[in-house]
Amino acid sequence: MSEKIATVTDERIVYLEGLMRQAKTAAAVFTQYTQEDVDRIVKPMVLAGLEQAQYLARLAIEETKLGVMEDKAIKNMVATEFVYNYVKDKRTVGQIAEYPERNLVEMAEPIGVIFSLLPITNPTSTVLFKCIMAIKTRNAVIFSPHPAAGHCCYEAVRIMYETAVKHGAPEGVFTCLESHNLQDNAYMMHHKDVGLIDATGGPGMVKAAYSSGKPALGVGPGNTPVYLEKSADLDMAVVDIITSKTFDNGTICASEQTVVIDDEIYDIVLEKFAELGSHICDEKETELLGRTVIDPKTGFMQPMAVGQKATTIARMIGLKVKPHTKLLIAPIQGVGRGYPLSVEKLFPVLAVYRAKSVDEALKVCIDVNYAGGVGHTAVVFSRNDDVIRKFGEVINAGRVIVNSPGSIGALGGVYNDMVPTFSFGCGTGGGNSTTDNVNVFHYLNIKRVARRTQAHMWFRVPNQIYFNMNAVENLRQFKSRSTIIITNPAMEQIGHVDIVRRNIPPETLVHVSVIPDAEPEVKVIMQGVEALKFYRVDQIIALGGGSVIDAAKIMKLKYESPEADLEELAAPFLDLRKRVVQYPTEKINPSRLIAISTTSGTGSEVTPFAVLLDKEHGRKVTLADYSLSPDVAIVDPQFVMSMPKGLTADTGIDCLTHALEAGVSIFASPYTDSNAFQAIRLVFRYLPIAYEHPNDEEARTMMHNAACIAAIAFSNASVGVNHALAHAFGARFHVAHGRANALMLPHVIAFNAGVPTKFMPSPNQRGYIAHKKYAMVADLLNLGGDTVEEKVTNLVTATEQLLDQLAVPRSIADLGISKEEFERAMPELVKNAFDDPSWRSNPRMPLLSELVELFWSAYRGRGPVKVEVASKQKREDKVLV
Amino acid sequence: MTMIDVWLEVDGNRVAQVLNEAAEKLDSAGGDVFLDFSAVRRIDPSGLRALEDFAGAADEKAVKASLRGVNVDVYKVLKLARLSSRFCIVN
Repeated sequence: MSEKIATVTDERIVYLEGLMRQAKTAAAVFTQYTQEDVDRIVKPMVLAGLEQAQYLARLAIEETKLGVMEDKAIKNMVATEFVYNYVKDKRTVGQIAEYPERNLVEMAEPIGVIFSLLPITNPTSTVLFKCIMAIKTRNAVIFSPHPAAGHCCYEAVRIMYETAVKHGAPEGVFTCLESHNLQDNAYMMHHKDVGLIDATGGPGMVKAAYSSGKPALGVGPGNTPVYLEKSADLDMAVVDIITSKTFDNGTICASEQTVVIDDEIYDIVLEKFAELGSHICDEKETELLGRTVIDPKTGFMQPMAVGQKATTIARMIGLKVKPHTKLLIAPIQGVGRGYPLSVEKLFPVLAVYRAKSVDEALKVCIDVNYAGGVGHTAVVFSRNDDVIRKFGEVINAGRVIVNSPGSIGALGGVYNDMVPTFSFGCGTGGGNSTTDNVNVFHYLNIKRVARRTQAHMWFRVPNQIYFNMNAVENLRQFKSRSTIIITNPAMEQIGHVDIVRRNIPPETLVHVSVIPDAEPEVKVIMQGVEALKFYRVDQIIALGGGSVIDAAKIMKLKYESPEADLEELAAPFLDLRKRVVQYPTEKINPSRLIAISTTSGTGSEVTPFAVLLDKEHGRKVTLADYSLSPDVAIVDPQFVMSMPKGLTADTGIDCLTHALEAGVSIFASPYTDSNAFQAIRLVFRYLPIAYEHPNDEEARTMMHNAACIAAIAFSNASVGVNHALAHAFGARFHVAHGRANALMLPHVIAFNAGVPTKFMPSPNQRGYIAHKKYAMVADLLNLGGDTVEEKVTNLVTATEQLLDQLAVPRSIADLGISKEEFERAMPELVKNAFDDPSWRSNPRMPLLSELVELFWSAYRGRGPVKVEVASKQKREDKVLV
Repeated sequence: MTMIDVWLEVDGNRVAQVLNEAAEKLDSAGGDVFLDFSAVRRIDPSGLRALEDFAGAADEKAVKASLRGVNVDVYKVLKLARLSSRFCIVN
């Protein structure tokens, strides 16, 4: 039962609840109908409406005493034939639209019971229109007519109902309050079984509908401004305005109210109006009109004038006009309270205003628009596209009608291709939820069935990679007028720069810029850029470890695109393809970047990343974009043969971490897996040899290749929580990156293999697979094990053994960091690790508490790393993403 | 005392009549009443009203009424008409 409204009698409640029960039953039963079922019902309803158009028009005129019979008959026909023409092929049941490219389907769900208010101005046409919409969308409607239009509405509902039921609609699908008062409406508007209120009525009813707390469709009041611009076809414009304003004696709320006319054509236009049967009021007559047809107290039109003929109005107020006068035209000099005729007038009285310029005309139209008609309708007559565009921009109207009659134009389907309607949404300006011409789709709940889509992925690498011993000789093929070698002091001292120089074609001018062997600072970058400019280089060769190559990447960026704002380019992002900040594509100094790596770890020679030290703000800034990737990578092991043991171990572990993290990343793909898994295999086989026997050329070669291959994998799949932990810890305690990675690695494998407390959204993967992928790695390394859990445990053990072989510290405690100091640092460590973007591609979302646990596991280090995998199943099939 | 369950197959074309007849037999039902809706493809307003009346009568006589074989479209109608909770729906 609905909340009892105090003034509704028990007897009345029984009546209203009876109507509601019928409607509710009909609406429930209606849900079983198919599209074909409803279409079979709609067509005969339309034909019945057309057949009875004149009869219903006559009833409306007799009862309401408003409007013109012939026009009301036309409106009834538009409400049936034109609306049918629009809805007949529309799908409104089940699947109504499909977007295969988006894997998206839209399905229709009926609303249920609609409580519908009907206006006095367009009573029967609104009934016909709403009945057709309701059947097409499988809804039941309880109609509440305006008290002065009850009989004609009831008759229209009866005709529609009988036809609908005859052709299969459920009994009770339409009901109509035979007589009612505001309390009845309030009772129904608050009824729990009403799904939607469709309020086509006066502002009071619309406000009541919106205030009921129910979803509501309301119409707003109109006050249509018309701009008649000097380039317009004046004959057409004048006839259109007269046609529209006199249609049904001006009762359509979209009809013209004030015509703003350019000064140059003003007199001609008024002459044309007069020639075609309009009476042009003089100043005195205008004053009389304003005083009589507009209520001086409220400022609104007098009800007695609504829908009356021009001659009737003239007679009422004692104005002498010719017998067949169609329209009373009243010149006004402004808009607002001092100019009563500038408001809405639903009768054939039209205000006109002489504008001295386009600017003034637009401003007056805005004033009229905002004098009670915001969001409704506006009209412009012009041949000037700029004027039409500007008018559309500045006027707040759901319908801007161009070179056609306002009222008939706004109805849609006659003068334009707008949706036919008898209910004009007026947007928020008019207190409505839509600016649309209300149509069948507003009588539906549209459901979206969204199938899982695989995000487009990518695999991008530099287009030229030269590898193996003496690969540097490939430099000879790159023609350059002016080349700069960016390197660090050590490379120069041990003769690597000379090796590079020897392989550059002799005709090339070669310059060398030596930068500190540390993460590049802005100052160093900008000095380098000055050198590039000075030598007008067309080729940059970066010779060194990750820091040197990163510096060269950023120098190239600033050299080619000086306006690039490094701080802005470092803005955070979640998805590379949807990032807000785009890297520059225009290059004023195009150049080639060749990266020659002298360590076997970072893989910077193929990655799209560069780390910059922002000393001013005391932070590291990571730049990431594929435009940063070097054009050419040279992976020549001769440059790493002299790497010391510690560096060999640290960089080798960094490489292993890259590969393991890329392998289980949520962005992993078959393309990255092939690289990640191959890199892991190479590291386990060759890193111990390269460490123990630095001069073993094969081991050095394979480790150098492994670093590059792992970098190709993580350039496309990214890394994970191991890197987030290592970045935070390394920065806080000044521990080398590879070493910091090593401290975390066994614990992170166990963590990722477990059942996540929180899963990471990963549209490209079917289920949680990190533990299975670790098991695949274990198989690749022939580590044995029967179950997934055993295999992951064996991988953890093998990783620990490898770390032992490399003699890297196995716990944070081993580094001499006291428990108390570590505890004090913990909040900062956790904050920074969580802020680090690396974990965003980790398969398992780390909670802050889990980051704390991981840090403490790494602090304790040795000890059984307990593996409890996410599933105990024996087989690890269906793993590949 | 022996409790006798009543089973009724509901004819899809005579839903209201069958239910009205069934309501009359409620007095003689010693146990539960099972209405088999397998043959009911679609329910109309009169059928729905009859079902509502039947639920009322069953409540009054403290008879447990169960519906079996209700297809999903008819089930949704029962849900919208707030009738599904008044029956034991057996799948």
